[in-house]
Amino acid sequence: MSRRQLIVLAAVLALACVLPFLVSNYRTFQFNLVIIYAIALLGLNILTGYNGQISLGHGAFYAMGAYCTAILMDKFGVPYWATLPVAGAVCLLFGFLFGLPALRLEGLYLALATFALGVSLPQLLKYHQLENWTGGVQGIVIAKPEAPAFFGSLGLRLNPDQWLYFFTLAVAIVMFVLAWNLLRGRVGRALVAIRDQHVAAEAMGINSAMVKSLTFGVSAMYTGIAGSLGAIAVQFVAPDSFNIFLSIVFLVGIVVGGLASISGAIYGALFIQFVPNVADEISKAAPWAIFGVFLIGFVYLMPMGVAGALRMAVARLGRKRQNT
Amino acid sequence: MKFKLVPIAALLAAALASPTALAQKKYDPGASDSEIKIGNTNPYSGPASAYGTIGKTIAAYFKMVNDQGGINGRKVNFVTYDDGYSPPKTVEMARKLVEQDQVLMLFQTLGTPPNTAIHKYMNTKKVPQSFVATGATKWNDPRNFPWTIGWQPNYQTEGRIYAAYILKNKPNAKIGILYQNDDYGKDYVKGMHDGLGDKAKTMIVKEVSYEVADPTVDSQIVQLQASGADVFFNVTTPKFAAQAIRKAYDIGWKPMHFLNNVSVSLATVLKPAGLEKSVGLISTAYLKDPTDKEWTNDPAIKKWEAFMKKYYPEGSLLDPSNVYAYTVASTLHEVLKQSGDNLTRDNVMKQAANLKGFAVDTLIPGIKMNTDQGDYAPIESVQLMKFSGTQWERFGAVMGK
Repeated sequence: MSRRQLIVLAAVLALACVLPFLVSNYRTFQFNLVIIYAIALLGLNILTGYNGQISLGHGAFYAMGAYCTAILMDKFGVPYWATLPVAGAVCLLFGFLFGLPALRLEGLYLALATFALGVSLPQLLKYHQLENWTGGVQGIVIAKPEAPAFFGSLGLRLNPDQWLYFFTLAVAIVMFVLAWNLLRGRVGRALVAIRDQHVAAEAMGINSAMVKSLTFGVSAMYTGIAGSLGAIAVQFVAPDSFNIFLSIVFLVGIVVGGLASISGAIYGALFIQFVPNVADEISKAAPWAIFGVFLIGFVYLMPMGVAGALRMAVARLGRKRQNT
Repeated sequence: MKFKLVPIAALLAAALASPTALAQKKYDPGASDSEIKIGNTNPYSGPASAYGTIGKTIAAYFKMVNDQGGINGRKVNFVTYDDGYSPPKTVEMARKLVEQDQVLMLFQTLGTPPNTAIHKYMNTKKVPQSFVATGATKWNDPRNFPWTIGWQPNYQTEGRIYAAYILKNKPNAKIGILYQNDDYGKDYVKGMHDGLGDKAKTMIVKEVSYEVADPTVDSQIVQLQASGADVFFNVTTPKFAAQAIRKAYDIGWKPMHFLNNVSVSLATVLKPAGLEKSVGLISTAYLKDPTDKEWTNDPAIKKWEAFMKKYYPEGSLLDPSNVYAYTVASTLHEVLKQSGDNLTRDNVMKQAANLKGFAVDTLIPGIKMNTDQGDYAPIESVQLMKFSGTQWERFGAVMGK
């Protein structure tokens, strides 16, 4: 990382830390959702952006994570923070197992297989035998966590929204650092090599099948942890919360944010959180048509996503400075 | 020292005097001398977007009210957002309405899952979640959720009304029940049990359920026929209702057939099932259906049509949802009128629970809304109707409370 990048990163982190004290609780809640979506998008980006496998079913892993947390909190009284690793582990396992057979499918066929997963999960959640756990169509209502008492003794009074925001932010930082570490090293290069030239990658000794399955698992884990945080923030899970549209929106998010870019996840999250609201305020009759216009505009003006456009702008600025 | 007390005394005097002057006007966020701000979420997009017309009709209704001078001199500002029938979005939008837009109350938030998602939040915030657009029975729970109130006849009420009819007209009935295995279905079954009372054990000979994911309910219908039931209580959603009606007819089972109000649509249920196979079905109604020939020249429906043409011309004149929206908006209109100048959340909720024999002319004549502190179910009466082969024909008196 260059010094300038470090300065930008520090500034963004500082802004993220003071944000909840500057805006209303409702906005804090919205930014909390942005961070959650960013984690989910990062997961999908590892799979689609870096490894070139298209998933139209990541909403299903988001739902799995959310339900893990809700069931553990509601039925077993597990504290909210302890449910995150469980949700992550469950999704890692499911993602890996789903990845194994799905590997025989390439490109669009994999997209269809994951689409099937995304479509079927909301219905499975309503399944009679699982109803004692999932609450059927009615879903599960969970309690909102309060800030731990020791913050109060430090003189820092956080309301539940602010506390949850910082909790989510901390988890997100850990997840982003882990992803950054993973992607800049050998594993990251292997992922990209498989995406670009899988025959050559295998010739180099990369176990393509294993790497792809594991990537699927890790990607699912990220999305699952995001889902788990989402359930805590919204305090409610129901099958209707996780329809196929969620999966599509995730895909939109990573493309708009920037494929194969870690920071792209954040831009994508801002897009999928705020643009539908703007569209709704412009037109009640056809909010998704307005959303579509925005989407076309973004894709047309920034074909490499927001992250790509920013990278290009910075590069151009640098060149100008060198020339003068 | 003496002089220092003067201003305090003056303040005290003012404080003591002011209640008489200000008692008339009390406001919570969202209300002022000029405006009442009402919040709403509706599915303008997504799987349930057919219901989006309800939000649009309500917005049109309050536009009309404002054109006529508002309510007690205040304009209604109806703020409505799209939640796409997605509970997390409902939570976000409800929080936006309450915390950012500072509405006085929420009104007609639509759907059981979206309302469940904000149930706890609204009650912790003590902001009214009024006249929700769902038939679940749980909205009538003033003891645990004093800030949430339902509106339409709930599923248990309807179940009890069928039970009352059976007890009166077929006291020796053997009842078979088919229900969807979720809260909605179980609500109806509970209503039937409660309505039959002690006789439920002997009269109900068979109860079978199905899952939403099931492909058909054919085998359930065969089971019910085999049980010897001569009354069929059909608690199913449209697709399954059509299957059940057809299958019962095809295997020659001819019970007295009660079909829940959820599935009375000609277009989505009776036509696919076959109109000739649907003759004799019994169900309930509480609103005037704009397609019913009996109401073609009804002044209330005429008035509604004039309203639609002027304020919501792109809305359908055949869609019962638009009559529904008009009627429920009239209810809120009445509650706000009753609240007078005391527009606190507490008082609005009190007035919502203080409807005494209130009737809107788009309800079937004889149906009145009644609520009190222990009863948060405004409409608890319906009229039975029978399918003639071409349309529903209402019969008998209005039943229920």
